[in-house]
Amino acid sequence: MALCTKKRPPAGIMTVPKEMPEKWSRAGVPPAWSRKKPSWGTEEERRARANDREYNEKFQYASNCIKTSKYNIVTFLPVNLFEQFQEVANTYFLFLLILQLIPQISSLSWFTTIVPLVLVLTITAVKDATDDYFRHKSDNQVNNRQSQVLISGILQQEQWMNVCVGDIIKLENNQFVAADLLLLSSSEPHGLCYIETAELDGETNMKVRQAIPVTSELGDINKLAKFDGEVICEPPNNKLDKFSGTLYWKENKFPLSNQNMLLRGCVLRNTEWCFGLVIFAGPDTKLMQNSGRTKFKRTSIDRLMNTLVLWIFGFLVCMGVILAIGNAIWEYEVGARFQVYLPWDEAVDSAFFSGFLSFWSYIIILNTVVPISLYVSVEVIRLGHSYFINWDKKMYCVKRRTPAEARTTTLNEELGQVEYIFSDKTGTLTQNIMVFNKCSIYGRSYGDVFDVLGHKAELGERPEPIDFSFNPLADKKFLFWDPSLLEAVKVGDPHTHEFFRLLSLCHTVMSEEKNEGELYYKAQSPDEGALVTAARNFGFVFRSRTPKTITVHEMGKAITYQLLAILDFNNIRKRMSVIVRNPEGKIRLYCKGADTILLERLHPSNQELLNTTTDHLNEYAGDGLRTLVLAYKDLEEEYYEEWAERRLRASLAQDSREDRLASVYDEVENDMMLLGATAIEDKLQQGVPETIALLTLANIKIWVLTGDKQETAVNIGYSCKMLTDDMTEVFIVTGHTVLEVREELRKAREKMMESSRTVGNGFSYQEKLDSSKLTSVLEAIAGEYALVINGHSLAHALEADMELEFLETACACKAVICCRVTPLQKAQVVELVKKYKKAVTLAIGDGANDVSMIKTAHIGVGISGQEGIQAVLASDYSFSQFKFLQRLLLVHGRWSYLRMCKFLCYFFYKNFAFTMVHFWFGFFCGFSAQTVYDQYFITLYNIVYTSLPVLAMGVFDQDVPEQRSMEYPKLYEPGQLNLLFNKREFFICIAQGIYTSVLMFFIPYGVFAEATRDDGTQLADYQSFAVTVATSLVIVVSVQIGLDTGYWTAINHFFIWGSLAVYFAILFAMHSKGLFEMFPNQFRFVGNAQNTLAQPTVWFTIVLTTVVCIMPVVAFRFLKLDLKPELSDTVRYTQLVRKKQKAQHRCMRRVGRTGSRRSGYAFSHQEGFGELIMSGKNMRLSSLALSSFTTRSSSSWIETLRRKKSDSASSPSGGADKPLKG
Amino acid sequence: MAWSATSPGANQPDNTAFTQQRLPAWQPLLSAGIVLPLFFCVGLAFIGLGLGLYYTSNGIKELEYDYTGDPGTGNCSVCAAAGERVAPPPANCTCQWCFSLSELFQGPVFLYYELSNFYQNNRRYVVSRDDAQLSGLASALRHPTNECAPYQRSPAGVPIAPCGAIANSLFNDSFKLLHQRLPGGAYVEVPLDRTGIAWWTDYHVKFHNPEPINGSLKLAFYGTAKPPNWPRPAYDLSPDPNNTGFVNQDFVVWMRTAALPTFRKLYARIRHGNYSAGLPRGAYCVNITYNYPVLAFDGHKRLIFSSISWMGGKNPFLGVAYLTFGSLCIVTGFVMLVVYIRHQDENGEDEDE
Repeated sequence: MALCTKKRPPAGIMTVPKEMPEKWSRAGVPPAWSRKKPSWGTEEERRARANDREYNEKFQYASNCIKTSKYNIVTFLPVNLFEQFQEVANTYFLFLLILQLIPQISSLSWFTTIVPLVLVLTITAVKDATDDYFRHKSDNQVNNRQSQVLISGILQQEQWMNVCVGDIIKLENNQFVAADLLLLSSSEPHGLCYIETAELDGETNMKVRQAIPVTSELGDINKLAKFDGEVICEPPNNKLDKFSGTLYWKENKFPLSNQNMLLRGCVLRNTEWCFGLVIFAGPDTKLMQNSGRTKFKRTSIDRLMNTLVLWIFGFLVCMGVILAIGNAIWEYEVGARFQVYLPWDEAVDSAFFSGFLSFWSYIIILNTVVPISLYVSVEVIRLGHSYFINWDKKMYCVKRRTPAEARTTTLNEELGQVEYIFSDKTGTLTQNIMVFNKCSIYGRSYGDVFDVLGHKAELGERPEPIDFSFNPLADKKFLFWDPSLLEAVKVGDPHTHEFFRLLSLCHTVMSEEKNEGELYYKAQSPDEGALVTAARNFGFVFRSRTPKTITVHEMGKAITYQLLAILDFNNIRKRMSVIVRNPEGKIRLYCKGADTILLERLHPSNQELLNTTTDHLNEYAGDGLRTLVLAYKDLEEEYYEEWAERRLRASLAQDSREDRLASVYDEVENDMMLLGATAIEDKLQQGVPETIALLTLANIKIWVLTGDKQETAVNIGYSCKMLTDDMTEVFIVTGHTVLEVREELRKAREKMMESSRTVGNGFSYQEKLDSSKLTSVLEAIAGEYALVINGHSLAHALEADMELEFLETACACKAVICCRVTPLQKAQVVELVKKYKKAVTLAIGDGANDVSMIKTAHIGVGISGQEGIQAVLASDYSFSQFKFLQRLLLVHGRWSYLRMCKFLCYFFYKNFAFTMVHFWFGFFCGFSAQTVYDQYFITLYNIVYTSLPVLAMGVFDQDVPEQRSMEYPKLYEPGQLNLLFNKREFFICIAQGIYTSVLMFFIPYGVFAEATRDDGTQLADYQSFAVTVATSLVIVVSVQIGLDTGYWTAINHFFIWGSLAVYFAILFAMHSKGLFEMFPNQFRFVGNAQNTLAQPTVWFTIVLTTVVCIMPVVAFRFLKLDLKPELSDTVRYTQLVRKKQKAQHRCMRRVGRTGSRRSGYAFSHQEGFGELIMSGKNMRLSSLALSSFTTRSSSSWIETLRRKKSDSASSPSGGADKPLKG
Repeated sequence: MAWSATSPGANQPDNTAFTQQRLPAWQPLLSAGIVLPLFFCVGLAFIGLGLGLYYTSNGIKELEYDYTGDPGTGNCSVCAAAGERVAPPPANCTCQWCFSLSELFQGPVFLYYELSNFYQNNRRYVVSRDDAQLSGLASALRHPTNECAPYQRSPAGVPIAPCGAIANSLFNDSFKLLHQRLPGGAYVEVPLDRTGIAWWTDYHVKFHNPEPINGSLKLAFYGTAKPPNWPRPAYDLSPDPNNTGFVNQDFVVWMRTAALPTFRKLYARIRHGNYSAGLPRGAYCVNITYNYPVLAFDGHKRLIFSSISWMGGKNPFLGVAYLTFGSLCIVTGFVMLVVYIRHQDENGEDEDE
């Protein structure tokens, strides 16, 4: 434990872990540790010697212990208080408290400040303590995991935290890897071992790691105990797919690469056991290095609020100075001569000094312009909104039994301001489930579903799927609707048989048969699994494989093929082949691959078939399916022998082995015979296209950032309607060098500008334009464009000198897709938009590879899906379906924003109205910092009399019902444009507050100046004045909150009326005889309420003040509503009208809706909305918008796409060991 | 934290109107049908009230005399000048204000004194009192609060009762009203009712004398000093045991500090004998015992006779304010009506549909 590096996560407000992470992953808590450097400076290289703890200890590497907690029982109070007082607001109030203890200054009792302050500190401390308790719990859970460590020749159980660099540990199947290990040996042949990296990079498929040959023999403990190799490698870093190091052993050097490493966070699969040497431990592991620094997220409203608070503070100081000067002058002119009756305090010897003291006194009494309750109330409101998100039944996924969860409670209103959404693809837009959907076999297409009348059936009206009961080995979950394919198989169509035979042979799937007939396939990619499963159901069951054979049940008959060669998939080849010898001894090559590649390698005799198949391929691609072309080739025995010989030689070559092998493969995969094509549906999550369409209508730009291939990404882009054929052009950037990328971006921009420029090309864009000009030109672009950019191009595009160009090009496009991007790049893209666009960004993803982007964006959303929980832990909001995003943003986000803005406006208003009265009074009380109100009123005004109504509004208010905000996505726009609360709105509130305060003081002043009571006694005494002003104030702000509240639930009624009632109750209680008799010096207002409030004059004053304060507001609001209504007002108004004329209206609406289909109204901008709604035609915008998406002309878009692709630089590289995916 | 308690049982959120934000609610909208009538109603109501208030206030009579004694303004200037030099001023410097009424001054008539430029609302002044002491607590009597400083203890260290600047600056001019019924006739003293000029609660609840010892208030006050400006100690303020010490009505009235630097306090009510209906016509003189210096800080002292109505004394401000704002409401109402109709016309076709 001693070596545990100290880690100080930033003080987050209300980051409440809802549940303990079950897996060990720690991404949920802020892992912003500072790594303890070895004493001799920055680590430049790492040396670790196996089985030699003494040697390794010299370097003081971090141990495997992780500490994320902040406090222990002893340090909690001081550390927590210290942290809390680092908050400016808290320190400020502490400072005020100290000021109040100085009698010469104290213009208010100390409890007016200390009560709220203690309240706030306590709440925060309790919350921090709870958070930290959970961190301790999860730390302990992770640190106390058991692992088997080889210590002095014996395997011993050790806790994870005691594992050191240089230890050899043993892992068993399905165990988590405890640290970053160098794989030494495993139970599998050749030191192979399989791992799942879902927690690390989000990919669910299995990966293979291999020990280097020399160590793979170290299978037993004795040999391992003697192993004393030393590894020298790179220092800890966050690159997940790179590792370089050297093993020195027995005077030999062995290069090490990422292929030999097992990283912390992986799970061992299909491998009985393996041994590994710990290289990086604890905070040095790649996983921990990768989880990045969590920045404490603040919303833009937060930042604005902080600025405003600073301004207000400045304003406060100004008022203080003015009043202090006033005081000095007054004391000099009047006070000095008034000393007969009121001598100066002992310490005060001059008017100047008195002014100085009065400055501080005024700072104390005017501090209520920024009350501490502001911060608490904001937190409470956000907490309420978070609960509403958690409680939302419409965001509850029945299938996974997961409700939506607001994991942080600080960002809610920002959800109403999102302008850019960055989405992951796999698992977010798609379900990561591949379904064998259609196929084309020898020129005939299968898979379309027809209903009784012979029309293509839509989803939902499908007949029963076909029955595979003839096949005992069939997978029950596989569904297919076209019976003609089964017919073809049953009648023994040779092409169909060959088609499925290929699918059952040409793959790298492993099978597992737990019981007879219970087959489980383990596929590297879900595509492959889908294909092999399809073959299985159609009677070609892949049963088992050995390194040399493949056993297939063909129509119930077991046949074993001899496996001669696997020509594996890679990104350049984009195909894979197997060469098998069937029981008859014939050798055949089966190949499947991307159409672009395979169609060029067919035998010329296939021309006719090729044409029909291409048509089918286009059709499939048009449906957004992922296609593969299948082909075979018969090989002569001699030719094969000779080829195999060449292959062997190539594989043994020392240099450029890859290239040589590729060319050998190339040679044999030629002149093939076309069999057909498959179409796999990458199943979209429910409601994805609709959600995207709706969000687009709400003016939110959606960028897809995926690690997937370009083709797949583009495919998905089309199937979820991000890309459409209506788009003017889809730009594809695939350049490999800086120059290429720059050129491609430039071309894209030029094209966009050309088309938007109607009048000639007056000036040239060849030379570099300054960015501002560029933006202005690009923002006015008319057509719809999309940009697809590849990972390696993106790397160049994100460089400092090109990022602006890239950003501007991308932002001018309607849709942006980045493919093959690394987690880091995802974050960089988000950062780029954040930096230059000043827009609110939201990142949504489900895998660990999305964590960086989720953390970078203003708002991170995690899909709680299948791929681990890292993304969820790092996220601010999580739910299980992409489609919930529309509800989160358009309903919850919009309401949160609206409520928060209304809350802030009102809050600043009420406190200015409350506090500024003191300022005016200052001119009439010798600037002596005498308060207008009773001290209890000052204490309770913010926390009792006015807090609940505004909280109720902040939590419950709604302007339009939730259905409307989905129907009119334009309602989302005020949030993006920041219209509801900005500096202008703030000044309006302040002005209203000051106006109110002026009336609040001067109307009673006018009345009281010479008034007497109805019994002739004095009316204008200080206490009556205080009660009158306070009562009018409470009534005015209550009426004002009533005006502001748009949605009067029972709770609002209760709070507003309740607050007034409580005010009068407390007033009378405070002025009662009982309290006075107990504490005569504390309750001086005895009898005041009943005396004052019995006076008609006082009530005339209160009524006058209230009406004069409120009526102008009503007038302004009415005129604004009438002359410049917001969309939300119009929607509300329409609703009101509709309610009144129900029956008549309903039939009119129906007419209106049928008519609206013809118009293209949905895309017109905001103007005209109001009119339309007023007209009662009420079209449902969302459905309208969608209707325009549903029909896409089946043009040959894929042709265009392909042409463009061949124009630009060819196939992408990088990530060479990626498995086959579609 | 209650956080984890949000997902009970099967994680499924409760389907209640509250959790699903479907609470029934009233959604008011500032529509023309509400706002325009509101403005006209408020306008009319205010004008009506304003007229009532205005005439009521106008019906109230006031008679006012500034007896500060600025040099050369009547006979009080002698006293004022004398007071300038010595504080406290020489006892019983008197001056006179004479006036005549040609008709009945409708009663009941109240006599006020008004001080201006006197900052009873200064913070240091306001806090300079000990309500515990004034409520008769024996412990507080001997240990006045620190806020009374510098009138907490006498230079000899004896606690002052009543302590503090407010008490010390007690207004101590006194007035005697004389009436000459017939020209040349004798002046008769008009009875001034000096009781009941303080708030009932102040007199009965807030202010109490310390428990008399052996029936003697003087003994109860034993061991305390009088405020420096007072000519005699508190228990000697009046021979009437119910009007002396802390419950002296003048003292109680004074201790109810004013909100504004210009204030009037009730001195007496005229309601006894022949004067219950008011002051009959005739000549009057007020004999003023001038003790209280105000010239030093440009203060002014006034004497006021005033009658009263259901809404208190003369108060033109309320009436005028009501009238003005009522008219403004009506005008705004018309402006809004015009704007509304204009705007409706523009959208006329849509509305008809």
